[in-house]
Amino acid sequence: MATQHSRSAARLMMAPAVILLLGWMLIPLVMTLWFSFRRFLPNRPDIVPGWVGFDNYVRFVTSSAFWPSVQTTLIIVGGALLITIVLGVLLALLLDQPMWGQGVVRILVIAPFFVMPTVSALVWKNIFMDPVNGLFAHLWRAFGAEPVVWLSDAPIFSIILIVSWQWLPFATLILLTAIQSLDSEQLEASEMDGAPPLSRFFYIILPHLSRAITIVILIQTIFLLSVFAEIFVTTGGAFGTRTLTYLIFQRVLESQNVGLGSAGGVYAIILANIVAVFLMRIVGKNLDA
Amino acid sequence: MSRAVTTRRKTINTVLAWGIGILIFFPILWTILTSFKTEAQAINDPPLFLFFDWTLENYAVVQERSDYMRFLWNSVIIAGGSTLIGVIIAIPAAWSMAFVPSKRTKDILLWMLSTKMLPAVGVLYPIYLIFIELGLLDTRTGLVVVIMLINLPIIVWMLYTYFKEIPGEILEAARMDGASLREEIIYVLTPMAVPGIASTILLNFILAWNEAFWTLNLTAAQAAPLTAFIASYSSPEGLFYAKLSAASTMAIAPILILGWFSQKQLVRGLTFGAVK
Repeated sequence: MATQHSRSAARLMMAPAVILLLGWMLIPLVMTLWFSFRRFLPNRPDIVPGWVGFDNYVRFVTSSAFWPSVQTTLIIVGGALLITIVLGVLLALLLDQPMWGQGVVRILVIAPFFVMPTVSALVWKNIFMDPVNGLFAHLWRAFGAEPVVWLSDAPIFSIILIVSWQWLPFATLILLTAIQSLDSEQLEASEMDGAPPLSRFFYIILPHLSRAITIVILIQTIFLLSVFAEIFVTTGGAFGTRTLTYLIFQRVLESQNVGLGSAGGVYAIILANIVAVFLMRIVGKNLDA
Repeated sequence: MSRAVTTRRKTINTVLAWGIGILIFFPILWTILTSFKTEAQAINDPPLFLFFDWTLENYAVVQERSDYMRFLWNSVIIAGGSTLIGVIIAIPAAWSMAFVPSKRTKDILLWMLSTKMLPAVGVLYPIYLIFIELGLLDTRTGLVVVIMLINLPIIVWMLYTYFKEIPGEILEAARMDGASLREEIIYVLTPMAVPGIASTILLNFILAWNEAFWTLNLTAAQAAPLTAFIASYSSPEGLFYAKLSAASTMAIAPILILGWFSQKQLVRGLTFGAVK
């Protein structure tokens, strides 16, 4: 049993981490909230800063850029989730099978996750998707087709492709870990009872994976909502690839409309928190176990 | 009883898995290959796979022209510094939560996790403003602090899950033998915790190395790490595929190698112990 002495020592040892994170959370949050209720354009001395109530919140939502950016965000997040989860489950099932050189294949599959976002975005943009010199253009021409101008003709698809390539390893690795914890006797029993492979998948494997899939969805959603570098170096938000995150970035740093951008930031924080609540519930349950 | 696997089945699995694995790895492989070509060969149609004049010229050009070493050094300092400071702050916190848990421990852990969920863009301007006020904009110190803070929840969580696995009886035995709290940590806990701490350092070094929101927004010429250096290739002049590939290869090679060692920790670290 812990003594009173070790309890107070424990509190002291926790203090630096808690205080730092508290400051890191509260100070910027309070500032963002404060700015969001004010008219504040640091680059425009002619506009007097002042209190505007909920004006920024209303203007952010009613601006013509808002709904398209929400739509783009949803398509990119949804598309990348769909691709990474479906392919991730299939790939994890495959990697769980007996084969030669499994370790090497795992290494090959996991590699994209370790590539820094700016590198993967620029390599895809130039070396693969460039309409003149890109590898896809060579391939299209080899089949006599007209090369696609990926980043302006199919910009959202291109970004989903890049982001999915980065996150597929993460989904695969976590789902593989979950599959490996499946009791093989259960599968063998179902096999002996004559269950065909498809029903084995839908009635045993998929239910077993449901928790891992939920976790992958939640964690990826949080990261995908704030995808930034991939858009920054490919389209710079042009061609309808402006996500909510990118819109706020432009309002705050590019046009220095801090009040408006901060209101957008508060929306983004609320959105992320809705997802976070679900994730925390799962993680919290796991702590009790 | 293990299921009998036919050789035929195993062969099919192997071919399929290797095919998909190589397809997924291909962009990286192609980048590495392109880095050894001349600029003209890099855009050759049809593409040259292995039979070209291998050259190291691009690596030399990138080093000379762009002061590559400075960006590399910035990356090392920012990723290494933030990880080390983070671990030093997190070890006591994780230790106390794992071995002297109280009613609030779970709440504190979940709250720490929630700070990780805060979207960076929501607090971009405040941080930017604080950086200007404190003269931290485009400094390595500033980035070390920010990246340490964004990874601190993950570091605490990972250490906590590792410490949890150390049997508490051993610590109690040490306490009975009269070890002070400090001795307990240095002589008993630390040796048992070293593998977990090493894994935590490894994964967080990788995460910090690849961080590309704050590094892009808070640096310019002085403190820019490799993420920002690579981004400067987004508006290039002339032929640059081979040079982009060489710069990219150098930026990702160390992390690919470290990453391959950290596969297992990745699952634990990024799912906050929810999947092991």
